[in-house]
Amino acid sequence: MPSTRSLGDLVFARTEVTLALVIAVFVVIFSLASPVFFTLPNAFDLIESYAVTTVLAAGVFVVLVSRGIDISFAATTAATQYLAAFLAAQLGYPAIVALGAAALLGVALGCVNAVLTYFLRVESIIVTIATASIYFALLIVITDGSEIYNLPAWWTDRIVFLRYQLAPRESIRLTLPIVVMAVVVLATHLMMSRTRLGRQIYALGGNPEAAGRVGINILRVQLFVYGYLGFLSAVAGFLQAHRVGQAVPTAMAGTELTVLAVALLGGASLAGGIGTMAGVILGVLLLAILQNGLNLLGVSPFFFQVVIGMAILASMSFTAYAAHRRQRAAA
Amino acid sequence: MSNAMTTNGAASPFLSLHNVTKRYGGTTALDAIDWDVRPGEVHCLVGENGSGKSTLIKVVAGVVNPSPGSRLVIDGSSHHALTPALSKAARIQVIYQDLSLFPNLSVQENIAFEHLLGAGAAPLSKALMRAEAQDALRRLDADIPLDALVGTLPIAQRQIVAICRGLTAQARLLFMDEPTASLTRHEVDLLLSVVRRLQAMGVAVVFVSHRLEEVVEIAERVTVLRDGRKVGTYPAAEIDNRRLEHLMTGDQIQHAIRAHDTKGRPPVLEATGLSQRGAFTDVSFALREGEVLGLTGLLGAGRTELALALFGMTQLDGGELRLDGKPLHLRSNRDAIAAGIAYLSEDRLTLGINLRQSISDNIGVAVLDKIAARSGLLLRARRAALARDWMDKLKIRAGAASAAAQTLSGGNQQRVVLAKWLATAPRVLILDSPTVGVDIRNKQGIYDIVRALADDGVSILLISDELHEVYHNADRVLHMRGGHLVGEYVPGINTEGQLHDAVYA
Amino acid sequence: MSSSANDVRNAADTLNGRLDRLQQTLFPGAVGNTGGLLLLLLALLVLFSVLLPDLFPRITTLQAMMFQLPELGLLTLAMVLPLISGGLNLAIIATTNQAALLMGWVFTTQMPADATGIVALLWLIAGLGAGFVYCLCVGLATGVFVAILRIHPILVTLGTMSLISGVSIFLTRGRTLSGFPEPVIAVANSTFLSLPISFILFLVLAAGVHVLLTQTPIGVRIHMTGSNAEATRYSGVDTRRVLFSVYVLSSLLCWVAAIVTMGRFNSAGADFGQSYLLITILAAILGGVDPYGGFGRVVSLLAALAILQTISSGFNLLGLSQQMTLAFWGVTLIAVMAVKRAAVLIGEARAARG
Repeated sequence: MPSTRSLGDLVFARTEVTLALVIAVFVVIFSLASPVFFTLPNAFDLIESYAVTTVLAAGVFVVLVSRGIDISFAATTAATQYLAAFLAAQLGYPAIVALGAAALLGVALGCVNAVLTYFLRVESIIVTIATASIYFALLIVITDGSEIYNLPAWWTDRIVFLRYQLAPRESIRLTLPIVVMAVVVLATHLMMSRTRLGRQIYALGGNPEAAGRVGINILRVQLFVYGYLGFLSAVAGFLQAHRVGQAVPTAMAGTELTVLAVALLGGASLAGGIGTMAGVILGVLLLAILQNGLNLLGVSPFFFQVVIGMAILASMSFTAYAAHRRQRAAA
Repeated sequence: MSNAMTTNGAASPFLSLHNVTKRYGGTTALDAIDWDVRPGEVHCLVGENGSGKSTLIKVVAGVVNPSPGSRLVIDGSSHHALTPALSKAARIQVIYQDLSLFPNLSVQENIAFEHLLGAGAAPLSKALMRAEAQDALRRLDADIPLDALVGTLPIAQRQIVAICRGLTAQARLLFMDEPTASLTRHEVDLLLSVVRRLQAMGVAVVFVSHRLEEVVEIAERVTVLRDGRKVGTYPAAEIDNRRLEHLMTGDQIQHAIRAHDTKGRPPVLEATGLSQRGAFTDVSFALREGEVLGLTGLLGAGRTELALALFGMTQLDGGELRLDGKPLHLRSNRDAIAAGIAYLSEDRLTLGINLRQSISDNIGVAVLDKIAARSGLLLRARRAALARDWMDKLKIRAGAASAAAQTLSGGNQQRVVLAKWLATAPRVLILDSPTVGVDIRNKQGIYDIVRALADDGVSILLISDELHEVYHNADRVLHMRGGHLVGEYVPGINTEGQLHDAVYA
Repeated sequence: MSSSANDVRNAADTLNGRLDRLQQTLFPGAVGNTGGLLLLLLALLVLFSVLLPDLFPRITTLQAMMFQLPELGLLTLAMVLPLISGGLNLAIIATTNQAALLMGWVFTTQMPADATGIVALLWLIAGLGAGFVYCLCVGLATGVFVAILRIHPILVTLGTMSLISGVSIFLTRGRTLSGFPEPVIAVANSTFLSLPISFILFLVLAAGVHVLLTQTPIGVRIHMTGSNAEATRYSGVDTRRVLFSVYVLSSLLCWVAAIVTMGRFNSAGADFGQSYLLITILAAILGGVDPYGGFGRVVSLLAALAILQTISSGFNLLGLSQQMTLAFWGVTLIAVMAVKRAAVLIGEARAARG
């Protein structure tokens, strides 16, 4: 073991540290380039616009830790959102019924994934590719692809928990999506680090065979993991409709891989067992800051996807380099 | 714990098996086994691969149900079969060879894992877990940081963690499956001291192995299994390696020294002052034509590192390598193979053989370009002929060449790996621990192949930490320690005892 | 041993080998499950013929299916090669679209509208060549990340997918290109001996991939790398070269898919065929390709593609929507996996009873 730790050792020691530094660099660059960037109102807007992604990423993170992948959550989000909208807007049920039904549907669809993965002994990516097609196709068939615009007021009204006036025309607002996102992030973090269930999820991801031997009920853990993502999909569906004011069956199509990329950027691994909620937040933050910063610099929004791609490739090359470095240091 | 001793008396067994039988389809894995373990006893359960050891462990762990008519008595209560929960409640713990630890969790969480079980999102008491883990480590007098991730620990410390997990589950009987397979002698000594402590606490320990190991020093009894039957239980003092081999295989193995005088033969592979940072320093030797050169030393002596460098897998930092007198620069193992050097890895299952692929592809993979027709296509007939040819020559027992390699026994798998390399017609063959996980009868077969190859003029570097193996099969034996070659021994002139004393000094 | 005894034994071995192969081809087993898939295909053909006696069992229906199959078929081949090598290529659709856009750009903006004869031919070759070179570069770049930097292919191709389709969207601003030269249109729309040319092209390439995978050194190396890359490297195989070839070939198949797509729609866009991405994986798994790498047979794959196409055409004739087809494809995959699992369980139970 080397007695002196170089700067490189510190930077590459943990994905979280690496990410935080990269984010800091971008923050400095964007702050110098645009006076609006490093302001509180901008930060709060940014957080709100990424609430849906963060909530989904929290659920995907839990699945990844258990050594699974789920790409059916976008379909689940759309389905639960539509169900709630249908119950609330078309049938006039109260909020509690509409949202309760959506949450139940989300959990149920997640549990279907868990049951199929467990009993068919097939990789979850394959099961969820199949169920994603089924869920989404059925949703389109049932709804005929039509949107629901007349959402009730309790759903679409802006809810501001706190408003703070900074300057005459500047204020920061603590809105519903931000609060919900914070609750989800905190709950997921506590669940994963402090509860039996959370540690069992890490254990299952770290060594599935041993997990069975030492007495972990694998089916139960998997039901929870996929059910939890289903539940968070329902939450995300609610938030998404809250922000855009309508329920659209195709709203979430194509977001699967972006959310997966965010979780992986944050240090969760396809091999399971590693990653932290903090890392996932940093992953979201990196993408959010890139998008917002480029936007303020006047870069075309069409260019954003290019940036996501480069961020993924750069971050993965970086991680590969860091792992290589650690390996060399260990040898 | 000491209650058990006094209430049951030292002589009455903690666990006894009566007429335990297990059949899978047409094969009988266990045949009417009667066996017992006394409280606080250290017991060795020995047998070759396929002798029924693992089935026996699984029956006791409750993972496998024995056939009707079997009876297990634990601490006075009788069962026809156990479940994992029953076995655990009876305070029987099994430490599997892979240790079943969680590399991504901390030492503390691994040891006090019981706390993590059960349902509920109720918060964990980390303080309680910490105290329990600390207590277990203290009882074994082990010093391992509680917050370290288990994946970052050396194997020996992981084993201690696994034992501690058994302790916190208040084990009264601990099965350890092949516990010393990956330990150095020093680590084995540590393990033995831990086992003595367990014994003092009244915990019985059963070592399960395919060979007689160092642990027999502190064992009281040895039980030998063969082909699913119990051969017998013997006082440990009465058993030595030769007797054990006889009991395990049912026949006598030859123990002739096979060394020839190879002094006059021309050198094939010459190493001068080879060095690689952190692995080995100033290594010089000459491997002669048709010679079997043994290389031994403890784990970590740099044997495998040297072999990998000779095979071009890693780069040398200094020194010179010559083949047939001409300088040899290896940028990759492809250069080595082209020069006529082959390397059979010590890690057969992950580096030697491609388990899920067919026997014929495993044999042909290193010579695909050579057997391809001029059109670049691989003709089915030629691939089949190659496979059949080598299966005949090396007496590989398999159903069909198209069967997956994983359907073969360890010994036959190793022959497939040998066939792969022999198909490249090597001048130099490096064999790194070629008989690991191979049963005794197949070991003998592999030794015969090695000798026959040497007689055909192939130069062989035989690397092993089983002194017996190198002493009886090599023409000369090099001893490596701490990355240096420290001695040369000639079987017949030097005794096996001298080699043993030097290596374990 | 006398030579005649050897001959007899060799003959017996050959016969046994042939019977083994026949069995593996026809019946579900450890190696392939082509037999089961063919039975399923037959059942579906019978079912739709019974349900639609006037519409389904007709030459025109068969021909329509042959026109539709090549696109998904070529993309699935592009997905299967990386899958067998132990990886994945999520960027196939993005690569196909960008190659089509590049070729379309050459044809619509660079090529003189009044070009005829040899000039037109040269422009055609230039356009197609540009697409070829582009796909080659994408394959090589992917190879660098996967083989040299050793990053997991899912991550690499997630990145390249995002990057490539991002560039396409940025450059086109969501617009499409259309109006391509006659020969390009003809590839996807004309027939030879009443077989669609695109279908013949697909069959030829599928046969090529089959030969490559089963009868060439590189094919064996791809399989070996897919099931244990380290052991294969230790055996003297340059696994980096294997992975480079896999991703280059995968991208070049995208080039062919791009030509067929351009011809079929007479247009090219940044977001064509996004839904095909997961379907190629679905088709591959249905065709018995091992998602963990190391195994996959083109023959089974063709059976799986035929099943998917039959369902699609049958549902279409029944008046069911595209979405119902998608749902039923998903159900089919789960059902096939359930049957396989049940077979395993039954086998185990039988072994336990003895």
